Amino acid sequence: MPHSLRIVLLCAIVAAATANPVRAAEPARFGIGHAATADAIAGWDIDVRADGRGLPAGHGNVADGRKIFAETCASCHGEKGEGEPADRLAGGFGTLATSKPVRTVGSYWPYATTLFDFIRRAMPYNAPESLTADQIYAVSAYILYLNKIVPEDAVLDASSLPKVAMPNRNGFTSPDPRPDAP
Amino acid sequence: MSKKQITLGDKRIGRRAFLASSAAVAGSAASASLSATVARAASDENLPPHVPSWMKEQGAPVLSPPYGQPSPFEKNVVRRLRTATPTQTAASTLTPLQDLHGIITPNGLHFERHHAGVPAIDPDQHRLIVHGLVEQPLIFTMDDIVRFPSESHIYFLECSGNGSWTGTNAKSTAQDTHGLVSCCEWTGVRLSTVLAEAGAKPEGTWVLAEGADAVALSRSLPIGKALDDTLLVYAQNGERLRPEQGYPLRLFVPGYEGNINVKWLRRLKLGDQPFQTREETSKYTDLMPDGTARQFTFVMEAKSVITFPSGGQLLREKGFYEISGLAWSGRGRIKQVDVSTDGGANWTKARLQEPVLSKCLTRFRLPWRWDGAPAQLQSRATDDTGYVQPKRAQLVDVRGLNSYYHYNGIQTWQVTQDGAVSNAA
Repeated sequence: MPHSLRIVLLCAIVAAATANPVRAAEPARFGIGHAATADAIAGWDIDVRADGRGLPAGHGNVADGRKIFAETCASCHGEKGEGEPADRLAGGFGTLATSKPVRTVGSYWPYATTLFDFIRRAMPYNAPESLTADQIYAVSAYILYLNKIVPEDAVLDASSLPKVAMPNRNGFTSPDPRPDAP
Repeated sequence: MSKKQITLGDKRIGRRAFLASSAAVAGSAASASLSATVARAASDENLPPHVPSWMKEQGAPVLSPPYGQPSPFEKNVVRRLRTATPTQTAASTLTPLQDLHGIITPNGLHFERHHAGVPAIDPDQHRLIVHGLVEQPLIFTMDDIVRFPSESHIYFLECSGNGSWTGTNAKSTAQDTHGLVSCCEWTGVRLSTVLAEAGAKPEGTWVLAEGADAVALSRSLPIGKALDDTLLVYAQNGERLRPEQGYPLRLFVPGYEGNINVKWLRRLKLGDQPFQTREETSKYTDLMPDGTARQFTFVMEAKSVITFPSGGQLLREKGFYEISGLAWSGRGRIKQVDVSTDGGANWTKARLQEPVLSKCLTRFRLPWRWDGAPAQLQSRATDDTGYVQPKRAQLVDVRGLNSYYHYNGIQTWQVTQDGAVSNAA
C-alpha cells in the first residue's frame, strides 16, 4: 500500500474512533517527509558495526598505512601513536587496573571495526571524510600493528577487520549497575 | 508628541548614553587598580543626595540593539574554558552557575562541549534521514520537522564529565566544579512520533544518532528510552537552537549524559544491536578499579551544588545570608535537599523553589545567619526514587579514581573567618 493511501485510511479510522469532534484526530502517521532514496542514504550511511556490517569494499596493508599515518596522522598522534597533542593510540597494555591507566586502541578499544568507523567519519581532524576506503583500511592496519595486534604483513578488508581479536574485547560490562554507591 | 519622540530617539543621544555607560564600565574595571579615593569620588556623584547622571538625559533608544544584550556591567558573567586543550574546537566551556538565578540557563550561557567545533549550518540545506529497520526510510527538511505535533519541557542537560574525581583546586568556583550543567526549555517533536512515521520494525532495539559536525558524532540509544521521552529539539528557551546547541536540530534525551544528546542531528538509523561507536567505547565508558569498564551508563544521578555562597565569593560582613543552590536528577524529581554548614555533621532541610520538575534543575534555598566563624557548606540531594547523593568517599570506595565520568559526590565550600569562600572538594 502506498505511504499516502495508508495515511488516509489511518486518518479515517482514527477520526471515526475519536469521541471529541472538535479536536483534530492525531493520525498514527502524518504523511510528513519524503521517501529517502537509496542514493541519498548511501552517501550518508557511514557507520560500521562491530560485526562488520557497513564496511565497504577495499583493502589496505601495514606498509601503506605507515606512509599515510606519517603524512596525515603523526603530527597529532605521534610517529608511533604515542600521542600528544591528540590521543595516544598505542601501548598501555596491563595498565587499566593500575592508578595510571593508559587507554589506547590496543589497551582499551573493544572492537577493531570502531577504528574504521571513527577514522572514516572524523579523521584526519583537519580533513574529515577525505580518506578512501583503501587508505582507511591501511591506517587501521598500521595502528593495530603498532599495538602488536596484527602482524607486519597484515592486509585488512571487510572480512578480516571484524575478526581482529582486540585484547580488551571482554573488558566492558553492561547493563549499568547503578545506583551502586552508597 | 511623535516628533519629540523622534528627536529624543536621535542617534546622538543614544550614542552619548552608550559612551557614558562604556566609561562607567571602564571605570568599574579600572577601580581595582586606582586609588580608593578616586573610585569613590567617581561613584559618589550618582549617590544620594546627588541626582544620578542617568536621570539627567534620555537613555538609549529602542532597538539598541535589536537583539537585546545583558548590561555591560554583567560582562564577567560568561562561559569559561574548562581546561586548556590542544584545539579550541575539541573543547568545553562552563556555565557561570554562581552568577545565575532561578533554574533557567540563558541561551548564551549554556555550557558547550564540541568535538569538532560548531558547524555553520544553513537550515534549508539541512536534512534528517531516518532509516535502518523501518518500513519506509524517510528524509525530512526542517520545515517538515516543525510540522509534527510539538511539545516543550524544561530539562537539565549535563555532560557526564561534570565534576572531578581527583581535582581539589581551592580556587575553583561553582562554574569550575559544576559548570557542565545547564537547564532550558526545549521544544521539539517526540522521537517516537518520527520513528512511527517511518514505520519502525519491532526488531529495532537501538537507534544510532549521528550529527552533521566534522566528526559526524554518533551514539547508540536503546529503543526503550527512544520511545519514552526522547525529543528531536529545534528550539531552546523560546527561540531556535543556538548554533553551539545543535542548530537546527538536536537529539534531546532527558536525564541522560550530555554526549548522547547528539547535536546537528542528520541521521537516525534503527538497528538490532548497539553500533559500538568510538564515543561509547573508547570514551564515555567508566573504568573501574579492577580494570573493567562500565558501558552504556547513561543516566545522570542525583546531584546538587550550593551556588551562593560558593568558591571565589566573599561574605563582607556577619549576618543574614540566604544559602541557595541547584539540585537535579536524571531519574526524576528532586524530593529533598539538605544543607549542612558544619561539613556534614548536622543537616537542615532546604526549601525547594517551585516548579520542581522531573529531570530539571530545582532551586533550593535556606536562610542562614553567619556568625563569623569558619563554616563548611554542603548540600545533599534526594530524588523521588529515594536515591541520596553520596559523599565523595562513598563513590571512590566503589568506583576508584579513574572512572572520570559520572561524578556526583557532595560538594564542600569552605568559609573562613574573613568571609572568603573556597573549594574544599
